[in-house]
Amino acid sequence: MCLAVPARIVKAAGQDATVALDGSSADISLALVPEAKVGDWVLVHAGYAITILDPKEAKVTYDLLKEMESLSAFDAQDGQGD
Amino acid sequence: MDPVSQRACDKIHQHSALLASGGPLRIMEVCGTHTMAIARSGLKGLLPPALELLSGPGCPVCVTDASYLDQAMHLAALAKAPIIATYGDMVRVPGQNGSLAEARARGAAVEVVYSANKAVELAANYPDRQVVFLAVGFETTAPGTAMALSRARREKLANFSVLVAHKLILPAMHALLAAGDVRIDGFLCPGHVSVIIGYGAYADLARDFHRPCVVAGFDPPQILAGIAAILDQLAAGQATAGSVYPSASKAGNPAAMKLLEEVFVPADAVWRGIGVIPASGLVLREAWREFDAQIRFDLPKIETHDPVGCRCGEVIRGLCRPWDCDLFGRRCTPRDAVGPCMVSSEGACAAAYKYDPARRFSRQ
Repeated sequence: MCLAVPARIVKAAGQDATVALDGSSADISLALVPEAKVGDWVLVHAGYAITILDPKEAKVTYDLLKEMESLSAFDAQDGQGD
Repeated sequence: MDPVSQRACDKIHQHSALLASGGPLRIMEVCGTHTMAIARSGLKGLLPPALELLSGPGCPVCVTDASYLDQAMHLAALAKAPIIATYGDMVRVPGQNGSLAEARARGAAVEVVYSANKAVELAANYPDRQVVFLAVGFETTAPGTAMALSRARREKLANFSVLVAHKLILPAMHALLAAGDVRIDGFLCPGHVSVIIGYGAYADLARDFHRPCVVAGFDPPQILAGIAAILDQLAAGQATAGSVYPSASKAGNPAAMKLLEEVFVPADAVWRGIGVIPASGLVLREAWREFDAQIRFDLPKIETHDPVGCRCGEVIRGLCRPWDCDLFGRRCTPRDAVGPCMVSSEGACAAAYKYDPARRFSRQ
């Protein structure tokens, strides 16, 4: 259930942001990473960013998730993953 | 094999002297995502036979006491039933009166949401209905509940409440070691929980019980590197908290920890199959009790019993393997699950069923 996915911030207004990943986008909260800005990669869990990622690391995690076919974190049915 | 995995495997196999010394070494992971990644990748096949990986109480659905689900079912059956907003994993877990999925099929308003924030939106969109969010999960997930409550208060949403069963992973690890009924030589600690609490949080446990605690991410190279780091410590006679996962800092996420502190206070909690573990759960602070569904709906305490024959409680403590349970692969399958470890997509039983067909076929 604690699964988090890397995504890139494409828009931010205060604590509200839009992230994009692989053609999907989602509205998330930046309340827990107030220093995050547009262009940063963040790790997103259940609608909020939990940390800013090193872009290289984000790529590794993204490739892995892709391989695991777990890119359903934005999917309401089984988005919670652990 | 990729170079990181290769290097980690070489390191693991170099510890032959350590591995040859008395009984198999046992490393426990306490994260459902690790459980699934290990099973999916088949990486146990790369490890020496004298090294065992055990799944611990890391799947929030699996450790949620059945009485919690029965309370949710009680809510769904009220004459003026609230909308129940829940993470997807919870809907198929059977309680003594069936599952929320079955309640939904009978007409109950059960909405699957991927974030607590979506549950607050439901409350905003349906001002005439009560909305109860089922707040389960570990430290990664609890800040989302706290943010949802902050928003509900800001927007004066009197129709939003939460049924809280958040858990803390460290007290559970502590309880397993203190009980001492299963050999655990080291812990592979969860990546995303540790992004929040920081890998420094495991330092006292590592020191007090002399067990290495190493945080790892979720890809096979990360997991192998974490295992290698644990063996390095064991070989050197050390036991410290460490991390091979770059996203987990020593201090964690201070904003998240502050938010948890503002909204919740640790309290004794019931873990399925384990029982009460002191200070292992989160409950709402006095200032937030107005959002407590227990109080708002005057929920009864429900005595529950695990399904007859189900050994999930032993599975999550590492006392038995999924296939040691007579129900595994017979009466209990992902399609028609008896216990939570088979229901949850991250449960040890579901992982074994899906990725270890030999265990499954031996039952058919």
